[in-house]
Amino acid sequence: MLRFDSSGKPFIIIRDQDQKERLTGSEARKANILAAMTVANLMKTSIGPLGMDKILVDQDGEVTATNDGATILKNMQVENPIAKLLVELSQGQDDEIGDGTTSVVVLAGALLEESLSLLEKGIHPSKISEGYEKACDIAVKHLLKICDKIEFDKENCGSLVKAAKTSLGSKIVNQYTEKIAKISVEAVLAVADLERKDVRFDLIKLEGKTGGTLGDTELIDGIIIPKNFSHPQMPKQIKNAKIAILTCPFEPPKPKTGHKLDIDSVKKYKELLEIEQNYFKEMTDLVKKSGATLVLCQWGFDDEANHLLLQKKLPAVRWVSGTDIELIAIATGARIVPRFSELTEKKLGKAGMVIEKSIGTTDEKMIVIEKCSNTKTVTILVKGGNKMVVEEGKRSIHDALCVTRNLIKDNRIVYGGGAAEISCSVAVNKASKENTGVEQYSIRAFSQALLSVPIALASNSGLNSLEAVSEIQLKQMEKESSFLGIDCLSKGTNNMKEQYVFDTLRGKIQEFLLATQMAKMILKIDDIIRPTGQY
Amino acid sequence: MSEAYQPARILNQGSTQEKAEGARLSNFVGAIALSDLISTTLGPKGMDKILQSPSNLLDSTITNDGATILSSIQISNPAAKILIEISKVQDDEIGDGTTSVVVLAGELLKEAEKLIHKRIHPQTIIKGFRLAKNIALKKLKEIAQDHSENEEDLKKYLKKIAMTIFSTKILTPYKSIFADLAVESILRLKGSTNLESIQILKKTGGLLKESYIEEGFVLDKKLGVGQPKRIENAKILVANTSMDYDKIKIFGSRVVVNSSSKLAEIEEEEKKKMLRKCQKIVDHGINVFINRQLIYNLPEQFFTDHGVVSIEHADFAGIERLSLVTGGEIVSTFDHPELVTLGTAKVIEEIMIGEDKLIRFSGCKEPSACTIILRGSSKQILDEAERSLHDGLAVLSQMVKNPKTVLGAGCTEIIMAQAIEEAAKETSGKIQIAMEAFARALTRIPIIIANNAGYDAEQLVSELKTSHYKGNTTFGVDVMNGKVCDVQELGIIESFLVKKGMLLKASEATEMILRVDHIMYSAPRQRGMN
Repeated sequence: MLRFDSSGKPFIIIRDQDQKERLTGSEARKANILAAMTVANLMKTSIGPLGMDKILVDQDGEVTATNDGATILKNMQVENPIAKLLVELSQGQDDEIGDGTTSVVVLAGALLEESLSLLEKGIHPSKISEGYEKACDIAVKHLLKICDKIEFDKENCGSLVKAAKTSLGSKIVNQYTEKIAKISVEAVLAVADLERKDVRFDLIKLEGKTGGTLGDTELIDGIIIPKNFSHPQMPKQIKNAKIAILTCPFEPPKPKTGHKLDIDSVKKYKELLEIEQNYFKEMTDLVKKSGATLVLCQWGFDDEANHLLLQKKLPAVRWVSGTDIELIAIATGARIVPRFSELTEKKLGKAGMVIEKSIGTTDEKMIVIEKCSNTKTVTILVKGGNKMVVEEGKRSIHDALCVTRNLIKDNRIVYGGGAAEISCSVAVNKASKENTGVEQYSIRAFSQALLSVPIALASNSGLNSLEAVSEIQLKQMEKESSFLGIDCLSKGTNNMKEQYVFDTLRGKIQEFLLATQMAKMILKIDDIIRPTGQY
Repeated sequence: MSEAYQPARILNQGSTQEKAEGARLSNFVGAIALSDLISTTLGPKGMDKILQSPSNLLDSTITNDGATILSSIQISNPAAKILIEISKVQDDEIGDGTTSVVVLAGELLKEAEKLIHKRIHPQTIIKGFRLAKNIALKKLKEIAQDHSENEEDLKKYLKKIAMTIFSTKILTPYKSIFADLAVESILRLKGSTNLESIQILKKTGGLLKESYIEEGFVLDKKLGVGQPKRIENAKILVANTSMDYDKIKIFGSRVVVNSSSKLAEIEEEEKKKMLRKCQKIVDHGINVFINRQLIYNLPEQFFTDHGVVSIEHADFAGIERLSLVTGGEIVSTFDHPELVTLGTAKVIEEIMIGEDKLIRFSGCKEPSACTIILRGSSKQILDEAERSLHDGLAVLSQMVKNPKTVLGAGCTEIIMAQAIEEAAKETSGKIQIAMEAFARALTRIPIIIANNAGYDAEQLVSELKTSHYKGNTTFGVDVMNGKVCDVQELGIIESFLVKKGMLLKASEATEMILRVDHIMYSAPRQRGMN
C-alpha cells in the first residue's frame, strides 16, 4: 500500500504487499460471514434430542465421537480466523454455563446470515450492530418476563432431575437419561451449599471405565483412585482409616545442590551404610508414630521402604496424582505433608472405609475411599461399552452437572424445545414496529435469526421445520403462552411445561448475549490481511 | 468472481471432512468390511488367520481369536476403530465372544444401511434398535438357566461351556481334555476371578493332548549350582532385593581411594556387607530363598554352604504368584525375622518337562494354585492354545460368579429374534421396520456359523426357524452334521454373560456409529520433523 507524504515521497504502509492477501470492505465482511455460516451449518445437525453426532479423528488417528458443541469445535483444528472466533464463543459458553454450546454458535451464525441481506440493502454494519444490540436487550427483558421458577430442596429434587434430563436428552446417554440425570443431581446436591447457592465442582470427580454399559454408571460416595497398594500383601480393606498424605518420596533425600560424598575408608563406608538404613527406618517410624493407618504418596517408594511399610502394617499407595491428592485432602480433612518430620496426628485425614477393587478379568484395580470425614466429595464412575462411549458419557454428565449447578445458583428457567426462542422472536418482532428507520430492519432480522434454533430443532426431528415453527408461533401469539415449543419426540403435545423440557434462564440469556456480541464483532471487521500461501 | 463468494475454507490445511451421506457411507463401509473380514472365523468350523508383524516377517501368529486379530490390524477408518474397541472391551470384561460382538455389530449396520436407503432417519432406526435390544435382553434373561444351587450340576455345566468355547478354537480335537483342565483349575480358585493364580506354561515338544495340570506351582527357573534338587518341608523366603551389587542408595556418594590397598579394603567391606545380608537372610531359619533380582556367585555360594537353596531372577509376576501360592510375603529388609511371614511348601523339586528343567512347588499353603502345562509342536500352536485356554478360563471364572447359561448353536439368537419379531407386530410406525431389521441381524449369526461350516446356511436356518415356530425352542444348528437338532441333547451351552455382553456392546456401538453424520479428519501429525 502506497501513500505520498506532503513532499511527494512514497510512503509504505504495509510491507511486502505482494506476499499478503487482502480483502476489504464488503468483500471482507462477506467472506467472514460465509465462514461463520459454514461453522454454524456444521453444528446445526447436532441440536436437539434427535441431533446427530460427529466423529473427529485427531492427528494420531484417535477417534472421538461426540455431540457436544464445544468439544467438536475445540478438536476441529480450525484455521480461518472467524471460525476460530466462533470456537472461542462456544468455549466461553462452555466455561460460563456448560450447556448450550451448540445453540450459541448456531444463533451467531444465523444473526450473521440475516445481516448479509441487510448489508446488501446498503445498511451500514454499525447500524445493524446497533439494531442487534437493541433487539438483544428486548429479548433478554422478555426472557426475564416469561421465566418460571422451579422449586426444590435436598429431598425433593424431581424438578432438577427433569432439567438435567433435558440436557442429557441430546446425547448418547439418552437411553439411560432417568438414571444418569438422577446421579448427576445427587452428585451436585451432595457437594452443594444450598444456603450460599454455591457448588464446588472440584469436589465431584468423574472417573471413566470401560466395561458394562452406560446404564451401569454409578455414584460413589467417596473418591476413586486408579491405583493399587504398593505391596501385594497389604490388606485390601481398611476400616476407619487415618490417612497420611505425603508429597515426599520414601527414598533417601536428594539435595538439590550438587554435592559429592567421598568415601575413602572402610569406616566411612560403614557409616554411610548405617545412615542409609536409618533413613528408611526413620521415615517409616515417623509415619507410624503419627498414628496413620494408610499412606498416600505422590512419589515412589524404594523396595526396602516398601517392605518396611508392610512390616509396620502400614498399607500405602504410591504415585497418586496431584489432583487426586488434593481431592482426598479436601474430602478427608487431611493436610498434605511435604516432609516426614512434619507429620503429626492432626494432619491425618479420616475415612470410614478404604477398599481395593478389581474389575473384569484384567488386572485393573482401583482404590475406593468411602465415608470420608468431610463427606462432601463424590465420584461418578462412568461405564460404557467402549472408550469413546465412556468419554462421551463423561462429557454429557459434565453438561448435566453444569445445568444442575446453574439451577441451584439461580432457579429461574425458561421453556425449551425452542419455546423461549420463538416467544422472544415474537416479542422482538412486535417491538421492531415501535422503532423507525433502519433499526427496524435489523431488529426484525434479529427476530428472524432467533428462529434458527427452533428450525434446526424441528428439522433434526424430522418435522417440516418451517411449518412446525410457524404453527407454534401462531399458537403462542393466540394464547400468549410462552411454553409452547417443538414436539421433538412426537409425544403429542407442544406444551413444554407438561413435557418438562426447560433450560436455565442464565444459560439462555448468556447465549443471546454472547451470540449478539460475536455477531457485532464480526460485522465490524472490514479488512482482512494475511500472508498468502497459508490459506 | 472475487474470493468472497468461494466456499469458505475453515479447517487447517490437510484436514478433511466427510458430510452426511458421505460420512455415513464411509462408516458403513469401514465397519462392514471389518466385520466381513472377521466373520469367517466364527463358529466351530471357522477359519484361522495368519497375522504377520510388520517389523519382523518371520514372526507370525496364527489365530482365530477375534480380539487378537482385530488388535493387530492397522486401521484408519473411525467406525472400524469403534468396532475394534468393543471387541477389546468384550475381551477384557468377559474374555470370549470377541468375534461375535463385531459380527453382530456389522450385521446390524448392514441392516441399518438398507433402512437408510429406504429414507428412514437414523434416529428412528436407533429407536427401533433400542426397543429390539431391550426385548432381546428381556428374553435372554428369561431363558437363562441358573445353576448356582447345585454344585455338581455347576461343574457339569462348566465343562459343557468350556467345551463349547474350545470347540471353536484350535483345541477342538481335545476339547474334552482341555475343558477338564479349565474347569478343575477354575474350581480351585473358589469363586475368585483372579486368573493370576492359574499359571500357563508353554513348552514346545509333544502333542497338544499331552498338556496337563500340574499340582502346585511350577517356576520356569533353575536351582542354584550344587544345591540339592529336592527339598522337603521347605520354608521359603520370597524377596525382592539386590543380591548382586548392593549399592548404598545415598545420592552423590562415591568411592575415592588413593591406593590399591584401600581399594581392597573397601572391596572386602563390600563383600562383608553382602555376607552380613546373607547371614541375616539365613537367620530367618529358611531353607529356600527366592529372589526377584539376580543372585551373584558370592551370595549363592554362601547360601549353598548354609544349606539354603537359592533361586534367582524370578520375574515380577512370578514373585507375586509365588508369594500368593506359598503364603509368604515379599521381603526387602531382613532386620526383623520375627515379623516376616515365611512361605511353605511340602516339596520343592526340579522336574523335567520335555528338555527343560523346571522347579515344582507342591503342597503349598494356598491350594488354589496350579499350573497348566501346555505342550505342542510349535510356538504358534502353543500361543494359540494359550489364547484359547485363556478365553475359556476367563469365561468360566465369570461363570462361577454368575452361573447362568443359555443354549448355544444359534438357538438363543433365534429365540431372541423371534421375540423381537413378535413384539414388532404390535408396534406401529417405522420403528417396526427397524425392529424387524434387528431380528434379521440376529438371525445372521447362525447363518454365518453354518456358512463357515460349508452347509446350505439359509436352508438350515430357515428349517431351524420353523422348528422354533413349532415350539421346539431348544433346537439349534448342529454344525458337525449339518442338521437341525436339539441343542440341549448336544450339550452346547454358552455363558449368559457372553451373550449379554455381545448384545449390549454390539447395539451400543451400532448406535454410536449410526448417530454420526459428519467425520472430520485432522491432518496427520507430521513425522520426522524434529
